[in-house]
Amino acid sequence: MGGFFSAIADVVTNEVTYSGAMRFAALLAFAAIGETIAEKAGTLNISLEGMLLGGAFAGALGMHLTESVTVGLMFATVVGIVVASVQANMSHRLSANQFVVGLALNTLVLGIASFLNTSIQPVSRAAHRFEIPGLSEIPLIGDALFYQPWPLYLVYPMVPAAWWLLYRTRWGLEVRAVGENPQSADVSGIDVNKRRRQSIYIAGLTSGLGGGYLVLGQIGRFEDAVVGGQGFIAIAAVIFGGWTMRGVIGGCLLFGTVNSFRLTLPTVGHELNSELLSAAPFVVTIVTVTFFAYRTREPRALAQPFVRGLT
Amino acid sequence: MRPANGPKPAPAAAVTAPSRLREAGVAAAMYLGCIAVALLISAIIVWLTGGSWQAVFSALLDGSLRAPGRWGETIGIAIPLVVVALGTAINGRAGVVNIGQEGQLMMGTAFATYVGVNMGGPGPLVVVCLLIVGAAAGAMWAGIASWLLYWRRVPEVLTTLLLITVASQATGYALKVDWLLLAPFREDRSVRNQVSDQLADDTRIPRLDIWGNDFPISAFAVVLMAVIVFLLFKRSVWGFRMRMLGRNARTAQRAGVSTVTYGTTAMLISGACAGLAGAMMLSGGDFGNYRFTPGFANNIGWEGLLVALVARSHPVGIVVVAFSFAGLRAGSGFLAATGVEREISQVVLALLVLALLVPPAILFIRERRRALSATRDRT
Repeated sequence: MGGFFSAIADVVTNEVTYSGAMRFAALLAFAAIGETIAEKAGTLNISLEGMLLGGAFAGALGMHLTESVTVGLMFATVVGIVVASVQANMSHRLSANQFVVGLALNTLVLGIASFLNTSIQPVSRAAHRFEIPGLSEIPLIGDALFYQPWPLYLVYPMVPAAWWLLYRTRWGLEVRAVGENPQSADVSGIDVNKRRRQSIYIAGLTSGLGGGYLVLGQIGRFEDAVVGGQGFIAIAAVIFGGWTMRGVIGGCLLFGTVNSFRLTLPTVGHELNSELLSAAPFVVTIVTVTFFAYRTREPRALAQPFVRGLT
Repeated sequence: MRPANGPKPAPAAAVTAPSRLREAGVAAAMYLGCIAVALLISAIIVWLTGGSWQAVFSALLDGSLRAPGRWGETIGIAIPLVVVALGTAINGRAGVVNIGQEGQLMMGTAFATYVGVNMGGPGPLVVVCLLIVGAAAGAMWAGIASWLLYWRRVPEVLTTLLLITVASQATGYALKVDWLLLAPFREDRSVRNQVSDQLADDTRIPRLDIWGNDFPISAFAVVLMAVIVFLLFKRSVWGFRMRMLGRNARTAQRAGVSTVTYGTTAMLISGACAGLAGAMMLSGGDFGNYRFTPGFANNIGWEGLLVALVARSHPVGIVVVAFSFAGLRAGSGFLAATGVEREISQVVLALLVLALLVPPAILFIRERRRALSATRDRT
């Protein structure tokens, strides 16, 4: 047991842990911010994984074509929105089952990305790290927060922006109304399915950007397994956070930290079962959701399609 | 009350539904059109990357049906897909969501492997036991989700989804330690990789050979299962109650259908089917050569879920859709010769799924419009 605690102490006092945690958390946050908005409007957007992956490949492709990280990120955003448009129009114009659309989209994007990856083989590299002078001197967390590849910094303004959009604008109010009670929203003149489609577009935008960040800010090159279920973890973070911006970001940080622990422990010389640690975020999510399920409440119309005149 | 001298109601042209034959024709045309569009898009993707789409489609057909013995391969892959999808159909009809078949399948396979390798005794008995244990393990894994759903109202979409990763890590762990699933170190396991012992010859599901097509006899059991599920839905009180619960939980509750009992049952059956599918994959021989490995599930759970969703929980549709999905998977093995990456089969599959979603959605919207305009004429 002493070994365990000294391992924890070693990891907690290691700057690398926090840097790694921040990088994982940023990816999750990119995806989870958009997903929060989509879920607030009533879509359980399973295609988040596909949006991330599409963004990741498009980022690598943009870099390959133009040698520019900025263009890569733009490509990533566009592809994220394209994937979102399929999800949005199939599930909220045609009222097809959103899970089927999402699952099919995940398969489709994975197929297309790995297919194009082997035939194009885009060359890309990670963006340079950018130090924010002064702030990065803070011990332990300074490097983690303020000495990172620059695409990561995009996530900082996104959090308050998303919060403002969702809780301080008319559009946000309508989105929340649509997710809580689509019938009432419809009667008061809100185009329910339009708001839902728009919220999915935002999810596509942020997670496409997240995918671009993953390749251009973190890893440097595209592989098929580059996303590897992080989209699902982001969905879990949204539910873990109880559909509030604060909670969702907390969830992202928690899952990011656990993930980073898994990678840091061996480097500081401790052996821990990697399978059990990989499963930890999921078990933690299930347990916490179990205990807070009564306190938090999902948007009431989550994952229910809206067709005027039905129910 | 309409005033007697008021305007006469408009002739109710919209109320009379068009003939059923014409409706069926429209639906069939729509399905064919959508499938054609999906194939067209796939062909364009192949063409854009410099491949030959004729070669790709011909290879897919060869690999699934035309080459000798490929029917057997396709049937072998279709078996677990149908089993997973039948279970999914039951919880789909009951209005409970289960998207964790992949994890339930892994748990089922892991437990079945343990029984199959360690039990001993007469072969047929071992086969039966490992199938039962596999189903029970799958049901247990799904049961966690339904228990949390009815105890603490935890969304079952979340738990089933997250339990997939937990299952994959847990089985991965079991494949790392000797006293669980890892095969003892012998010459047939040269590298120290994660693989279980092979099932003994007499603990495998017998295989049948019809005109050179070789497949496990569980294929017949699967067809029988589809018939049973069909009859349960169509002809039994139990199936009716399940459907009622799915259509309107409140009505069902009023009519004396316990949401908890029937919801849990549906979830358990669904998990059991996924676990059973895993056990059948293990002892059937079409996957992993009678050994359990970390990548054993190979997306069969996800694909089975898609089969059920595309077939709209209809048992006959499930068999048809599962066979075509299995054909795509079997056909992708023949793609290497064309120089086109085998991922294209995934693209074709996903495009087909999306295409198959469109016609029912459009038909549903047309139906709604017609009904709405009919009520508008009446009022």
